[in-house]
Amino acid sequence: MKHRHLLGLKDYPAEDIKSIIDTAFTFKEVLERPIKKVPSLNGKTIVNLFFENSTRTRISFELAQKRLSADTVNFSASTSSLKKGETFKDTAQNLEAMKIDAVVMRHPTPGAPLHLTKYIDAIIINAGDGTHEHPTQAILDMTSLHEKFGYLKGLKVAIIGDISHSRVALSNIYGLKTMGAEITLCGPATLIPPFVEDLGVNVNYNVDEVIEWADALNVLRIQRERMGGGLLPSIREYRNLFGITRERLSQHNKELVIMHPGPMNRGVEIDSSVADSDQAIILNQVLNGVASRMAILYLLLGGKSEGGKD
Amino acid sequence: MDFSKLKKQVILKGGKILDPIENTIKKSDLVLEDGKIKALGKFNSNKSAHLIDCKGLIITHGFCDLHAHFREPGREDKETLESGSMAALAGGFTRVCVMPNTNPPIDSPEVIRYIVDRSEECPIYIHPIGAITKGQEGNELTEMGTMLSEGAVAFSDDGLPVTNSAIMRNALEYGTMFDIPIINHAEDLCLKQDAVMHEGKVSTHLGLPSSPDLTESNMVHRDLSLTDLTGGRLHVPHVSSSKSLDHIRIAKRKNDKVTAEVTPHHLFFTDNDLQKFDTNLKVAPPIRTTSDQKALIKALKDGTLDCIATDHAPHTIEEKEGTFDLAPFGMIGLESCFGAVNKVLVKENNLDQLDLIQMLTTRPRKIMGFNDNLLDIGVNAELTIIDPNEEWIFSRADIQSKSYNSPFIGQNMYGRVKYTICKDHISVI
Ligand SMILES: [Zn+2]
Repeated sequence: MKHRHLLGLKDYPAEDIKSIIDTAFTFKEVLERPIKKVPSLNGKTIVNLFFENSTRTRISFELAQKRLSADTVNFSASTSSLKKGETFKDTAQNLEAMKIDAVVMRHPTPGAPLHLTKYIDAIIINAGDGTHEHPTQAILDMTSLHEKFGYLKGLKVAIIGDISHSRVALSNIYGLKTMGAEITLCGPATLIPPFVEDLGVNVNYNVDEVIEWADALNVLRIQRERMGGGLLPSIREYRNLFGITRERLSQHNKELVIMHPGPMNRGVEIDSSVADSDQAIILNQVLNGVASRMAILYLLLGGKSEGGKD
Repeated sequence: MDFSKLKKQVILKGGKILDPIENTIKKSDLVLEDGKIKALGKFNSNKSAHLIDCKGLIITHGFCDLHAHFREPGREDKETLESGSMAALAGGFTRVCVMPNTNPPIDSPEVIRYIVDRSEECPIYIHPIGAITKGQEGNELTEMGTMLSEGAVAFSDDGLPVTNSAIMRNALEYGTMFDIPIINHAEDLCLKQDAVMHEGKVSTHLGLPSSPDLTESNMVHRDLSLTDLTGGRLHVPHVSSSKSLDHIRIAKRKNDKVTAEVTPHHLFFTDNDLQKFDTNLKVAPPIRTTSDQKALIKALKDGTLDCIATDHAPHTIEEKEGTFDLAPFGMIGLESCFGAVNKVLVKENNLDQLDLIQMLTTRPRKIMGFNDNLLDIGVNAELTIIDPNEEWIFSRADIQSKSYNSPFIGQNMYGRVKYTICKDHISVI
């Protein structure tokens, strides 16, 4: 692996993404065995440092760590005296003093994982930094797409919803572009970031045209808070313009794979009848999440690293 | 930095005198006696005089900064009038105007008097800028006339904009009685929201909340229009965007009561430098794009911008070492100013050395009405001596401020302040 840490997928090498995905498939086989545990990270200590609640991401990482026989400690900001930035350094230095091997961090501020590398020698894995990146989510999405289609190069992926506030979108864009996929973003103009053309993607506000074009839709969560900031008029309007509903899909006579990073707002950005249908691979994403995170941890901590500098 | 009292007689020998009023650079020695300019010409050393070898150096007026935050009263942990003075001397500044966003704010004749009295003991000249509105709350005008008679030199709510256009109009109108500059920190806070950087390609990649250049230029445009309406005097601080420059350029064609400044950091850095999430680059207004940077340099050359001001804004390391969202806006800038602007403007963009010195001396002084010729015989020596060609790297050790929130640390500089002489003292840098 070229980089010691996994902070984001911007400028992350294609061959490393490829080997993570390949390794994820190997671990997925392990997860389907009766005994789902391998000794790969025996003796390694990993801290899951969560400054923001994210039960799914934390559980997915924790499970990945347990399956690899690593020792795991969970540290969440809400269960300690810790509050906000002033003590960020203290927390980091405390972890450093405890001689741990890796930190998986979720933080509400862009750049926080990079910031952590200044204080800590351990390997850092970004589990989401605000509206910046969420590289492990993007890798599990790519693993799921690869599993489904058998290739990523030339694959047409549409990302639907709130792109501006989405770390999932940004990491997916970087990763998928690196792997040669084509991307179209679709969502309200107020939720598409300015200068988005710099990311090398297409934008189309017409969701029906996007459905016609795409091989797969990655549907993002719409947060109700966005209504307050004057970014969206109403849920009803959003559903009318961008909602992935059964009626809308049935107007298009095509095979289409539906993804969602969760947690879903059923009835808002996606209907239950779509989310629970055969074309949705949402639950598969969850299992691939564990396998992908096992692969990431294994490749970064398992001694396969070529001592890359980062 | 070594700071000591001047000897009774001092001979600055072998240097060139850059006179920013006469527009000349001449080889000449300069003799100081009892802290005053005694004579110019050629002098031999004598036993009793302190000889300073100025070979290869330029002697000129002490620099003047229109925009610094010395944090006193209220945040003496960040800076005091004394520590700020030492930072100024390290940067070649002998005269600094301090902004009123202290705690309490400098918004009454009493606080102006406090700053003026405290400054007497300081090794540089410090001039308080009074708040435009009481408590900097944007609602009621301060007692400008009385504050002026106590020593205020201009008015600003800096740190915050005067959002209410009627209040801004009134401030400009009221200010016409005294012919003093009104300085408005131009940022439309509604458009800014929770932005921490410039909205552009880089912000899209970093995922940081951002706001467009219009956040500044819309309010600059409003202020310029109000200046037209009222006949007041407007000084636009820390101009950062090309769009603001367009408005100022047009306004200046018909209105000579408009002036504007630019900071070293907006000239030196671009938003690309934020890729490492360095909180020291979190400033308001934000660091903008390469094309804004180019426009600022051009505007200094064509006179749209009058002068350079540091916006020296000390913050504690505890505040700045947190995450990007929580860090306060601002960086220190006095010590690094000359090496940075001389590099960008003179070395890389062929600005005349003389022009640059004017942007640090006569031009800011004129805006505040400090019009003495600092090279006249008999005046109190207020001089800066620079090596225009020294290449060096700015480091923590070059900082005299109580705070060291500087993204210039580690940067290559070109040209360096070697000595600053002020109030009968000399700083050897
Ligand atoms: Zn300001």
